[in-house]
Amino acid sequence: MSESTTTCDEHGPPPDLEAQPVIVEVRNVNKAYLRGSHIIPVLQDINFDIREGEFLALMGPSGSGKSTLLNLIAGIDKVDSGTIVIGGVDITALGETELAHWRATHVGFIFQFYNLIPVLTAYENVELPLQLTGLTRAERREHVEMALSVVNLAHRMDHYPSQLSGGEQQRVAIARAVVTDPTILVADEPTGDLDRASAKEIMSLMCRLSRESGKTIIMVTHDPKAAEAAQVIRHLDKGYLNHANS
Amino acid sequence: MRTLKLLIRNAFRHKLRTGLTILGITIAILAFGMLRTMVNAWYAGVEASSANRLVIRNSISLVFPLPLAYKDKIRQVSGVTLVSWGNWFGGVYIEEKNFFPNFAVDPRSFLALYPEYIIPDLQRASFLNDRKGAVAGRKVAEKFGWKVGDTVTLKGTIFPGNWEFTIRAIYRGKDRSVDETQFFFHWDYLNETIKKTAARRADQAGYYIIGIANPNLAGEVSTTIDAAFKNSLAETLTETEKAFQMSFVSMTEAILIAIQLVSIVIIVIIMAVVANTMAMTARERIGEYAVFKTLGFGGWFIAGLIFGESLVISLAGTAIGIGLTFPVAAAFADYLGTYFPIFFVERQTIFMDIAAGTLVGIVAALFPTWRAVRIRIADGLRRIG
Ligand SMILES: Nc1ncnc2c1ncn2[C@@H]1O[C@H](COP(=O)(O)OP(=O)(O)OP(=O)(O)O)[C@@H](O)[C@H]1O
Ligand SMILES: [Mg+2]
Repeated sequence: MSESTTTCDEHGPPPDLEAQPVIVEVRNVNKAYLRGSHIIPVLQDINFDIREGEFLALMGPSGSGKSTLLNLIAGIDKVDSGTIVIGGVDITALGETELAHWRATHVGFIFQFYNLIPVLTAYENVELPLQLTGLTRAERREHVEMALSVVNLAHRMDHYPSQLSGGEQQRVAIARAVVTDPTILVADEPTGDLDRASAKEIMSLMCRLSRESGKTIIMVTHDPKAAEAAQVIRHLDKGYLNHANS
Repeated sequence: MRTLKLLIRNAFRHKLRTGLTILGITIAILAFGMLRTMVNAWYAGVEASSANRLVIRNSISLVFPLPLAYKDKIRQVSGVTLVSWGNWFGGVYIEEKNFFPNFAVDPRSFLALYPEYIIPDLQRASFLNDRKGAVAGRKVAEKFGWKVGDTVTLKGTIFPGNWEFTIRAIYRGKDRSVDETQFFFHWDYLNETIKKTAARRADQAGYYIIGIANPNLAGEVSTTIDAAFKNSLAETLTETEKAFQMSFVSMTEAILIAIQLVSIVIIVIIMAVVANTMAMTARERIGEYAVFKTLGFGGWFIAGLIFGESLVISLAGTAIGIGLTFPVAAAFADYLGTYFPIFFVERQTIFMDIAAGTLVGIVAALFPTWRAVRIRIADGLRRIG
């Protein structure tokens, strides 16, 4: 891998990935969907590693299987064959309930359409994943306020999603994703629904999470500008992975 | 705590839809409660009857009398503790729409047989001592503004003439199931007057009511009495007070069954309405449920959200419906008092309302929950946007 510069550099130097342990191992993963009586192969024999602290961008044309791959790594979809080992745990071997527990503690999710719960305030949305932990109310409050101040929205915590702009909603979603301090952050086109300025703001937030907090981030994006932030870029095409650095 | 807040906020997200659904449930519960109350009112006479009393009437029909002479023979039957008799008088107070039941009764035995009519001791004594005295129910006395000492004239229909009575006592029921709209006076007053005007109709009782020591022997006592008058000029038919009251109700049994069916149909319809609301709601929220699942919330949590929301809506409607049942029933009771002297919302009706409301909430949530829990997260998330 070449050491090309990224737009995240202003938030600190990139980690030396060669020296970092592997945190995600994707091995021989296959996934197909059934459409009527046709079997549509979506992912074919995918193999790659993600190292701790890596900021990976997954790119590729529409329908190439980016979201599918991300969902498999995040444990919200099941492989047909192959294994995905994350932090030493083979998540393809976990049952439904174990997987739910695993997600709650190890994965932070950021979606294209923010996916906040409209009847909950910013504060309550961020608190949601903490409801599944054993934290007390006071401890939860501490974490939520911390996460909201990271995304610079502590002053809006009593607002409902409908009272926030798209960019602000996405920042709340990011706070929700990081509040549990997960092992990996997954983001599916986090800037896909935003204007340029908001998108830039979100990307700079992602950079800070990567460079300042050392988060491992896997981000699907169409947007070459957004991909510039990533340290590693992988291209999916028709279900095959082409390894490439930007 | 947070979850409860979530349910309630979810339930009122579509204010119009939820409002209309709640309105529907309210009306259904109100209708259900009123129909049940009506059926109960219809059966009130049956419910109020005593297992210790038997009614003896002419076996041909209630309109034919029985000789007064039977009373001594009846008294001798073993197991009989008290014998009383009376006639349906059918008198009209001023005009026909002022209907209330009025009877000529043998006062002493009558009061002994009906402990559920509560009369102050002084009034009781003065009623017994006045041959033209009458005892009126609290409700009928209130309706016409009668007080003890007032003179009341009834126009005879079966027994012609204007009949004057003095109100000597006003009774109230020992509980709400007792009819307080009746009017009773001395049988002797009726009989002696008839003796002068229509002598061949004298000394005839419309019916006998007897007290028995042991309700379990009602069958035996009845058989013995009816056997004693077999092949006489007026054969008797003896039955329990309950069976006697039932014979009036059973004529309309078919209508009552129809009413009960309608009340069930109402609940089924509202079930479909709420189920439809919940199905629409859950369909819109598939993406949100997927988000909850993504974050690690389990199927039970999703089920709780949908069931909870469904129950919030159905029980809100039920509560309002129950709240409205009381004033509406009171208005009915005022308006239909002459047809349904006993008209009140029984506690059991409220329990049934709550059971029906809960059932509606649960049934309405079943299908949406099944779908929401079963859908794969990835598919649920694809529904967003
Ligand atoms: N549940 C499903 N059932 C059937 N086909 C599916 C399902 N999910 C995805 N697919 C198909 O799999 C292929 C890959 O889908 P995926 O969403 O992973 O693509 P993508 O690369 O994320 O595309 P985009 O850039 O448009 O988001 C597509 O052809 C899609 O239609
Ligand atoms: Mg996609």
